[in-house]
Amino acid sequence: MNTLYLELAVVLLGIALLLADAFLERCSKNCFAYLGASGLTVILLLSFVPLHAPDAGSADAVFITSDFLSTFFIRFLLTATIVVLLMIPGFRPVLERFLPAERAGGGVGEFSILPIFVCAGLMWMVSAVDFVMIFVALELATITLYVLATYLRQNVASLEAGTKFLILGALSTGFFVYGITWVFGVTGTTNLITLPIAVSQLPPSALPPLLFGIALILVSLSFKIGAFPFQFWIPDVYQGAPTPVTAYLSVASKAAGFVVLIRFLLSLEIIPTVAHKLYVLVTLLAGLTLVFGNLSAIPQTNMKRLLGYSSIAHAGYLLIGVASLGSIMAIPAVGFYFAAYLAMTLLAFVVLMEVSEATGGDEISRFNGLSKRSPLLAGGMLLAMASLAGIPFTAGFIGKLLVFEVALNQEHFGLVTLGIITVAAGFYYYFKVVRAMYWQQPSEETPIHVSPTIRFLIALLGAGILALGIYPAPVLAALR
Amino acid sequence: MKLILPLLIAIPLAASFFIIAGANPRRTALWAALINLLASLLLFSRYDLHAGGWQFVSEWHVMPKYGINLILGADGLTLTMLLLSTLVTFAALRVAPKIAKQEGLYYVCLLFISAGVIGAFSSIDLLFLYSFHELALIPTFLLIGIWGSGDRQSAAWKATIYLGTGSFVLLIGLLALYLSIPANLRTFDLRQLEQLSLAGNIHPAAWIYLVLLIGFGSLVSLFPFHSWAPPAYASAPAPAAMLHAGVLKKFGLYGLIRIALPLFPEAMQQLNGLLLLMLIGNILYIGYVTVAQKRLDWTIGYSSVMHMGYIFLGLASLNLIGVNGASLLMFAHGLSVAAAFALCGEIRQRTGTLDYAELGGLGKVTPVLGLLFGFVALASVGLPGFANFAGEILVLFGATAYGPIMMIPVVVGVWGVVVSAIYMLRAYRNIFWGPLVSRWETLIDITPTARWSVILLLAPLMIAGFYPQFILRMAGTALHH
Repeated sequence: MNTLYLELAVVLLGIALLLADAFLERCSKNCFAYLGASGLTVILLLSFVPLHAPDAGSADAVFITSDFLSTFFIRFLLTATIVVLLMIPGFRPVLERFLPAERAGGGVGEFSILPIFVCAGLMWMVSAVDFVMIFVALELATITLYVLATYLRQNVASLEAGTKFLILGALSTGFFVYGITWVFGVTGTTNLITLPIAVSQLPPSALPPLLFGIALILVSLSFKIGAFPFQFWIPDVYQGAPTPVTAYLSVASKAAGFVVLIRFLLSLEIIPTVAHKLYVLVTLLAGLTLVFGNLSAIPQTNMKRLLGYSSIAHAGYLLIGVASLGSIMAIPAVGFYFAAYLAMTLLAFVVLMEVSEATGGDEISRFNGLSKRSPLLAGGMLLAMASLAGIPFTAGFIGKLLVFEVALNQEHFGLVTLGIITVAAGFYYYFKVVRAMYWQQPSEETPIHVSPTIRFLIALLGAGILALGIYPAPVLAALR
Repeated sequence: MKLILPLLIAIPLAASFFIIAGANPRRTALWAALINLLASLLLFSRYDLHAGGWQFVSEWHVMPKYGINLILGADGLTLTMLLLSTLVTFAALRVAPKIAKQEGLYYVCLLFISAGVIGAFSSIDLLFLYSFHELALIPTFLLIGIWGSGDRQSAAWKATIYLGTGSFVLLIGLLALYLSIPANLRTFDLRQLEQLSLAGNIHPAAWIYLVLLIGFGSLVSLFPFHSWAPPAYASAPAPAAMLHAGVLKKFGLYGLIRIALPLFPEAMQQLNGLLLLMLIGNILYIGYVTVAQKRLDWTIGYSSVMHMGYIFLGLASLNLIGVNGASLLMFAHGLSVAAAFALCGEIRQRTGTLDYAELGGLGKVTPVLGLLFGFVALASVGLPGFANFAGEILVLFGATAYGPIMMIPVVVGVWGVVVSAIYMLRAYRNIFWGPLVSRWETLIDITPTARWSVILLLAPLMIAGFYPQFILRMAGTALHH
């Protein structure tokens, strides 16, 4: 099966659910999240049916590829979307509080259907090999995300987040298009497969405008993955957006951005003059992102902002892997890091959503004494924090191990040194949450009730973290 | 027999899950520790000394393509350390006082530390050796933070960040070692690494040894990376301090014996001057700092940092006598410092203070406690008859045999014995002798449970003191090269 069919299936699923939401009055509003999740699960299973690449020379092959990178990340995106959809029923009370009550449950249905369209866009993006296609996919994903970020119409923070996201997102899209036009103007192609051939035939005088275009594309991708100095939208947007959307933003759209970055770098790799400059830039980005993300996370008191900065920090560790693309193990390292990142970040967001619903806020102090109120939530968060900090037998450790390995292999000693220093900072801010949960006394003693779906999600993601941390071989095998 | 090693790790973990599921925390934990102690005694007695080398080896593939597999196995040194771990775990759990808040979590934390050290000592694969050690990181943070005393919060932070960062430095060292092997031979398997080194296939650079030394060194509180240890031990609840100072800290030394000695013979020669300088800092500087302490918990905390200097001296002498002495001293110090922290916890529980100025004459009301403390103090000073003496004397002999450059460290080492006699005997006098302060007239003596736990720690110390061969012939099997 071709990856294109998978994307098509996702889009059809979304449309079918939208129609059902409009015409089936009797269906409870939670059921769309469950329906969507089960539909995506079927598609996820279908993705394990052997895929064949589009026939060379067919119209598809110019735009879309079915290599292991796209297959892996399509499964990754589907998994992330399923988890986020399953979070939504738990988020319903907040949704209903901040949506105008014209009709009961109005808007809840769409909120659980729109992520499916984002998923389709991002799946497209990770398998696209042409700038035009990447751009279209990107727009499909981001425009839907703008809607989702502002979804709590009567909540000022959500509106602010959505507006910031829209303006900066549009700006970065502008950079992207402008970059593409320069690259197209110089080389005459927008296709990543033919790009290296076109570049290798260029006269030396054409290099500066080409590099300018490449730099613009890099800037735009830095926006998407949250790399310094284009990370400034992240904390505010993360804080204001609805929690499931924040979770989705920090996992799925970051992953898609990284895949495009990797494809872009790989296609230019065979041209030493360009590749060398690009890798210097990426190394610089990685170092700055590491330092900025980790140091800014230290003083945070709001959990969502903390996770926002932590997502910048992890972009830094991932960029270490991207800067070491010269090693054949770099793509498995980055891919594995993402699998780990998915499990631990989503687990943290699931617990955060439950805690902020029970206590009415996102501050770290709301976690005080959580171990007494709900050992399950506290245990889940402990596992997520341990994994984010990189403690052995969790997925995050193997991720960091692989990334440091490829970096040492490529002799990025500076980045590795920075990596170690920032890991120390990470221990501090992740353990701050652990401290709140276990050291501090709760302000009230009532146990927190956790719904079966959320229990299932915590168990699933927790098991994923441990499984990846103890037996990583299967995921690594999928990345070769 | 092969299955016993994985079981040693699995039993504490299984017990923790039972406790989380609702079993009686104390009873479950104690049973698990007792089974482990008996199992490790069984392994200790069944080790085939004539065959030597790694025995009871079992192997599971984790990332075979990277040369990373979970390989458990033991030689004599491993078994010595396992015996130490299980002895101290059992004693630590026995002396644990009644816990009012979150009793289950308390025992789960202690069991995780125990499983971690056992796993670290019995791993032949370097990555797992490293990983198991890290299992202790979160439990330590929780134990000090929740049940600690004094300035527990800052102590817990300091220890966690120091140990977390130190172990990432160590990880980089291990990765660099791994990458210095030719690509087709890469492995984390210690046995293969030793063979590669003997065959002359690998020549890891000296800087990798330095990174490893700093990484392992900060876990062992090698001067100047020691500052986390005294406050952490002073604040930690007694069982946590016993496990940490007694067993967990030996991991760094164990790692250096396992990795640095066979793989970095030249680098160790080259950088020996630096190591000597650091260990002199441990013995002399920390020794004097210990003398200046005014509270028992800080005294013992600093003294345990100081004694690490002797073990490093044994390593730095790079010969059989010295390293054998270091191994014996690891065992002896583990037991004596665990006993010291156990008694320290008993005193704190009774008086609520460990300040020398407030204590005095306790020997009159708590004679057995005083007697046991006397034994511990004399053991840690290195009185003949205790294994500490045998270890220290071997270390000093080994160092003397190394060459004239060792004159200064040897003199410092001998002087250090005097310094430790000053602070230990002073602590003994201040707390148990002199006029009885009227506040303490109603104190009750040590309970039988705690008494037998301390005796359990002291007995092997004296056996190994009168008959050091019992440990030395085991530990020596690691050093056949």
